[in-house]
Amino acid sequence: MYRYDEFDERFVRERVAQFRDQVARRLDGSLSDDEFKPLRLKNGVYLQLHAYMLRIAVPYGTLASRQLRQLALIADRYDRGYGHFTTRQNMQFNWPKLRDVPDILGLLADVEMHCIQTSGNCIRNVTADHFAGVAADELEDPRPTAELIRQWSSLHPEFSYLPRKFKIAVTGAEHDRAAVKVHDIGLRILKHPQTGEIGYEVIVGGGLGRTPLIGKVVRDFLPKDELLAYLEAAMRVYNLEGRRDNKYKARVKILVHEIGVEEFRKRVEEEYAKLNGPSINADPAEVERIAAYFAPPTYEKLPGDSKAYAAQRATNAAFAQWADASVFKHRIPGYAALTISLKTIGEAPGDITSAQMRAVADLAEKYSFDELRVTHMQNVVLPHVKQSDLFAIWNALREAGLAEANVGLVTDIIACPGLDYCALATARSIPIAQAIAKRFQDQQRQRDIGPLGIKISGCINACGHHHVGNIGILGLEKNGVENYQITLGGDATENAAIGDRLGPGIDADEVPDAIERLVDVYLNQRLKDEPFIDTVRRVGVAPFKDAFLAKDSSKTEEAEHAVA
Amino acid sequence: MPLLDRSGLKAETFARAENLSDAAGDVIVPWANVQAVLEAGAGNHRLGVDIPNNISIDEILPLVDRLDLISVPFPSFSDGRGFSLAKQLRDRGYRGVLRAQGKLITDQFAYALACGFDEVEPADEVFARQPVEQWLAALTRITNVYQRGYDGAANILDQRRAARAAKAAQVESKEASHV
Amino acid sequence: MSTPKRVPLPAILLANDLLDGDVVFSTGDGWTRDPSEAVIAYDDPTADKLEAHAKAAFAAQQVVDAYLVDVAIDAQGRPTPRHFRERFKTLGPSNRPDLGKQAVYRAL
Ligand code: HEM
Ligand code: SF4
Repeated sequence: MYRYDEFDERFVRERVAQFRDQVARRLDGSLSDDEFKPLRLKNGVYLQLHAYMLRIAVPYGTLASRQLRQLALIADRYDRGYGHFTTRQNMQFNWPKLRDVPDILGLLADVEMHCIQTSGNCIRNVTADHFAGVAADELEDPRPTAELIRQWSSLHPEFSYLPRKFKIAVTGAEHDRAAVKVHDIGLRILKHPQTGEIGYEVIVGGGLGRTPLIGKVVRDFLPKDELLAYLEAAMRVYNLEGRRDNKYKARVKILVHEIGVEEFRKRVEEEYAKLNGPSINADPAEVERIAAYFAPPTYEKLPGDSKAYAAQRATNAAFAQWADASVFKHRIPGYAALTISLKTIGEAPGDITSAQMRAVADLAEKYSFDELRVTHMQNVVLPHVKQSDLFAIWNALREAGLAEANVGLVTDIIACPGLDYCALATARSIPIAQAIAKRFQDQQRQRDIGPLGIKISGCINACGHHHVGNIGILGLEKNGVENYQITLGGDATENAAIGDRLGPGIDADEVPDAIERLVDVYLNQRLKDEPFIDTVRRVGVAPFKDAFLAKDSSKTEEAEHAVA
Repeated sequence: MPLLDRSGLKAETFARAENLSDAAGDVIVPWANVQAVLEAGAGNHRLGVDIPNNISIDEILPLVDRLDLISVPFPSFSDGRGFSLAKQLRDRGYRGVLRAQGKLITDQFAYALACGFDEVEPADEVFARQPVEQWLAALTRITNVYQRGYDGAANILDQRRAARAAKAAQVESKEASHV
Repeated sequence: MSTPKRVPLPAILLANDLLDGDVVFSTGDGWTRDPSEAVIAYDDPTADKLEAHAKAAFAAQQVVDAYLVDVAIDAQGRPTPRHFRERFKTLGPSNRPDLGKQAVYRAL
């Protein structure tokens, strides 16, 4: 993975000192509260309900063991012994004190980490496929591109006061695990159909939030070495023309929507034509320099699928079931990419204790070339483990309380922090996730249901991606009570789709029943081996809607509004 | 209002006026009047203009050769349009004085200079809290930027490139001396 | 002077401590982290006083995000915010009873 050179090192250290000074100037009144707020946000510091929150960048979701250990140390020393992995591959701490943040940033800098631009109206942490460098369907590792953009976007003199936040995602694989179509800019690495040259498809104007939109292609093919100049042109058009009169209409998706993708494309191309590309783009040697850090590790030459692994599977059903859910095929024979579920039944999705961080870091060091990935499903991946080590890893994970066999299944729920932490929330998310997970905790039943993505947001901002959940749950307030809207048929992959609302919102305690009714419709209607989302596509929303609206008549109004 | 550049406070030589006849010496006129002023001839006044920040660069470009100063407003510090306007003006050949005026804060000073501004005219209300020492200190915080084209050769990418070239030259000369 | 937008009384005034981020409650001339020690404004003059206190503390860089919250009074005379959002602010995360104010003050 990428290592800082002297420039990166100095840059991050100086940024820490700069933030320390900004805090001091806030305290002495030089900076007003209004002025300080965007400055702290650009360093990942939010004010939540109970405390500050610190969002730490995990660029493109790649972490080394020593970095995760440092996060564990910060969790113990400055927080409450746990952290939360987000859908944007970052880590959040929920209880830091502003007075401690500069010191925390210093500890992060010690392990080449930072909080730069994890919030605020600027170019945010760049995300990428969590199976980068692993997946067999990959054309090129997206991380060198993401790292180049990370550097280019850091403290950008021109694009640090944008109309609104700006999120970029990169994928290099056929199957889109980076949700590039719901980002402000999505980059898909591809081969030019005629010349075979490597470049990007550029997708602009996707996004969720209160106006969910699927991004549109503005460039079919951008040669790889022209990336930064083209991004400069696109960002400039957005910076100048994005709406600043209404915060809810300020994302680039609204600009693209209002002027149309053809007009947006034309304006970007006009600006691009006037730029002096070679004076902006990174030279090929720089691109190579970065790419070299992402060279594959030195795998052992293994004869193919491990016999020991097969034998362990054959004799231990629980192990086999866990492996079925957790193992992703590695392109190297005898290896596996292993997803560790952070969705233990009864726990908050994405939360991880400091002890678990250390346990996972140890496993990465011992079995996975010291490397970890954070997924937008709020799980963690050991990207390169030998199949023959899986059994030992499973045992270690069981000890750490991290061996839930539910990756990709109905209890692998994405949930934002919601009203348990978030100052913008209209309702809670975590207890809803916990209640659904409890309802479906039976292993056999989960496996029988198969892949099903439930995503929960605690308000219209959609941090839990509910619009693109196969089942989406949006927490709102109605008459002073938490109320939940259910959507169906969303999809965040290359078949990106926004879910349809099934009907009026329901109370918190009705949610598990409602989900169960939807799952029952699927089980009754599915063809052999047909996943949930495909059945929804084939039979349409109607039967699900009927089931959703056919609330159990025994359940009456007097049921208390208390959440499970 | 105060005026400062990268070396500190500087004297204001321009006065804002609706028309040239309203002031002696250097004058900044409103964008709405600049066409008429230019048609009438600026005489020996140095001429500046206050442009709005939602203007298209194409409207200004035909005039830039005859302008000594362009002042770009920052109605609030969070409105970053002025940075892009400045960069466009510089890239497309404007060589006169470029001024950022309004509610910028010290933490934006380096960005403003990198985008091509020469000077900042901060709002009185901001300057009262953020004196000139803070503006100058803000320029020393971050030594190098990553972006090419914003501050000459001081960017990190070009420095890396130069280091690579120097290393290659060294290897070459070593090899040569071995022959 | 009472503002027309003011929440119904009785009310307490809460804020976040600028340096710590903790939720704090006005005692009229100081701040407490214990919700049961919050001064309860039953009338407009008391509410005015709390707001003036918050305004001064904001100007002095002590607190941020200060506002009045309407409360119900329980049998022990303690204030409980009527809205569930504010109630969470006086308690902590509902999924983590071991954290937040509920872990420290609730048993009182
Ligand atoms: C807890 C404090 C948080 C706050 C205050 C917050 C705030 C927001 C806001 C205001 C938006 C909507 C922006 C817009 O559409 O213009 C948003 C969107 C989003 N947030 Fe958060 N968020 C928080 C936590 C999280 C967490 C924990 C995650 C991941 C689990 C997350 C990931 C996202 C994502 C992926 C979006 C997607 C919508 C999009 O950008 O199109 N946020 N957030
Ligand atoms: S979706 Fe709403 S409640 Fe959830 S984290 Fe985002 S802003 Fe907070």
